[in-house]
Amino acid sequence: MRQYLNVFTAYIIMGLLIILVGILQSWGVALAILNLCLISAVMTMGANIQWGYAGLINFGIMGYVALGGLAAVLVSVPPVREAWQVGGLNMILCLFLIVLLIFAIRYILKNYRKSNKRNLGIALVIIIGIIFLRLISGPAIESIESVSPATTGFLGGLGLPIIFSWIVGALFAASIAYVIGKIALGLRADYLAIATLLISEIVIAVLKHEDWLARGVKNVIGLKRPVPYEVNLQTTDWFIRLIERLNTGSLSLITDVSEKQAVLKQLVIEGSTVFVKLCYAGLFSIVVIILLILTQKALYSPWGRMMRAIRDNEEAANAMGKNVVKRHLYIFVLGSAVVGIAGAMLTTYDGLFTPGSYQPMRFTFLIWVMVIVGGSGNNFGAVLGGFAVWFVWIEAAPVALYFINIITSGLEDTNQFKIHLINSVPYFRYLFMGMSLLLIMRYRPKGILPEKIRHA
Amino acid sequence: MDFVNAIVLLSNFVIVPALSYGSQLALGAIGVTLIYGILRFANFAYGDLMAFGTMFAILFTWFFQSIGISLGVLPTALLAIPFAIIIAILFSLLIDKFVFSYYRIKKSPPVTLAMVSIGVMFVINSIIRIIIGPFDRRFFDGERFIIRANEFKEMTGLNEGLAIKSTQVLTLFVTIVVASILFWFLNKTRTGKSMRAYSDNEDLALLSGISPERVVMITWIIAAILATIAGTLYGLDKSFKPFTYFNNLLPIFAAAIVGGIGNPLGAFLGGYVIAFSEIFITYAYKKFFAYLLPESLEPNSLIQLLSTDYKFAVSFSILVIVLLFRPSGIFKGRVL
Repeated sequence: MRQYLNVFTAYIIMGLLIILVGILQSWGVALAILNLCLISAVMTMGANIQWGYAGLINFGIMGYVALGGLAAVLVSVPPVREAWQVGGLNMILCLFLIVLLIFAIRYILKNYRKSNKRNLGIALVIIIGIIFLRLISGPAIESIESVSPATTGFLGGLGLPIIFSWIVGALFAASIAYVIGKIALGLRADYLAIATLLISEIVIAVLKHEDWLARGVKNVIGLKRPVPYEVNLQTTDWFIRLIERLNTGSLSLITDVSEKQAVLKQLVIEGSTVFVKLCYAGLFSIVVIILLILTQKALYSPWGRMMRAIRDNEEAANAMGKNVVKRHLYIFVLGSAVVGIAGAMLTTYDGLFTPGSYQPMRFTFLIWVMVIVGGSGNNFGAVLGGFAVWFVWIEAAPVALYFINIITSGLEDTNQFKIHLINSVPYFRYLFMGMSLLLIMRYRPKGILPEKIRHA
Repeated sequence: MDFVNAIVLLSNFVIVPALSYGSQLALGAIGVTLIYGILRFANFAYGDLMAFGTMFAILFTWFFQSIGISLGVLPTALLAIPFAIIIAILFSLLIDKFVFSYYRIKKSPPVTLAMVSIGVMFVINSIIRIIIGPFDRRFFDGERFIIRANEFKEMTGLNEGLAIKSTQVLTLFVTIVVASILFWFLNKTRTGKSMRAYSDNEDLALLSGISPERVVMITWIIAAILATIAGTLYGLDKSFKPFTYFNNLLPIFAAAIVGGIGNPLGAFLGGYVIAFSEIFITYAYKKFFAYLLPESLEPNSLIQLLSTDYKFAVSFSILVIVLLFRPSGIFKGRVL
């Protein structure tokens, strides 16, 4: 029990901080922070699987988050029948062609010995394949994108409940990670970092510019929710009664009937937004808890021991007969899948898919700060890092504003310097992030909750 | 005549822009490669160091403009560069002292240093945004063009114009000067030779009495100079926006790796390799072929290998191909 004491303390402090925001600012803000903390926690768990368990450096997290978001769109949006009629067949044909291409390359790789001739052959196959792909897809894409471009202009999705996308997102991310891992995992650590960063930029570029897939920068808005809508809640009987019962104390003080109705209405409106966020928080918590149990079990299983052995001494693990390349690929896929789940969760929560909003600062490097600050190799640490860093990320602006006001209190409100500082308040969060990363790496390199290795 | 037209068209849209973009990448890539070769880590903060230097070049430009100093046809920023360089040098030495030196003395693995450089990146990022804001800024003054497209048409009587911006010529000129001084310094001077020796084999260099602090300091100074010059040239040519500088880091890394990381000459050439392939592959050749081919064969599509949105894909593919077939880079860098 002793060894879990610091874990408990850290989590209790975190919980108290969020409650403090609820009391000082509003419960809506506090729950919004909590929900994004939970999503960040899932992302950090994914990154922690790759970095903390196996020592793989993956700077492509943004790409997998975006793929999860794509899954949310493709699962939940109803199919656009007209678009399928004009171009669906060609797009399916293209998909087959890509599969065929991959098998052709694999065939060449397997059956011919390494030579310049083989390389030339592969290049030839790829070039011919791309020419065919463009010939088939070109007109189809054009006609799909011209189907009422203001509202659809894309193939649409399956029209299923959005919650399924959390699994589909994981599958999307995993399959892309498999391909990337096959190409890039042989590289040395910092090369792998640069390569994954480039790949994630390519993923975002594809999502931004392939309008037939998910409308590109025109964004998909109004995704269906897994939880009730505020507007519907406000007219539902049981919800109004629930709010009435929760607030009997304050309501009974008001004697005037019409005034009572007005106050109740206001309370219902406020309550509905909080209720919706609570529903999300419940759903996200389930995911976080399931993943925590699974990752914790995995970490202390023989499999987890093997991963740590590979991380700490690759040559020795190799000498003991562990297939390092395969294990690395496996864990790369696994971690990316978890990040994919988080990406789908994020898009579900936002209710919209905006490829333009994916930036490496926010979706790759911030997640890395979370992992390092929280404690790499420790699942509880990673989750805590997700919570703490996201909390700072959001609360940095108000805190910076508070301090700026104190420091510049001697200056007049029209002072140029003061106005400039107040206008740049949002950018102080980068400063806080950078400083906390540097300080943690210097003075507590294993993170807030360091990795614990149990010696049997 | 058609043939000349086609060549002019190609130089206007491909060769001239690629030369100036390539020069900017090349200078940046040399900085990255030097840090990699001597300090032995991938510095992710380099793009932001470029933006930092450029920011001070802009601030000094504004200052000079406000007190009425200008260089006539040349941009005032040229005058501001030396001052910006001094600040960038002081800043990078400060960061090295307070952040990187600790890990260097502890002999941390390169991955840790790369991670630390991300912390530095966040900090520089916020400093830039707090001081100058995240917006797009143009700070070019003086004469914009050396030859305008229609002037060229009148002069030669061709259908196609060739516009050469003064910033493009300036970029090329400055790059040649800076690169020649740098290579002379690395190859001929005692200090330069000691740097190369240190990069080649640290222990041997220490044994022969090379002072590591001095080598590291000079590396940071050169890196800061190159970052400021490359960043300011890029900003003059296009515009200054902190976010684009971060994005430029990727092609710069690609250039350094393609040229063989740790090899300055390779990085220099790698910059041009990346720039030329990016622009060659994303250019639409329809008009070019319209000049060259007979009318019956005239293409009706754009003949664009890849749309311009996929610039990154080009750098990445080159990177992968090089790493798969020649892991030490085209020009033999450190064998990794």
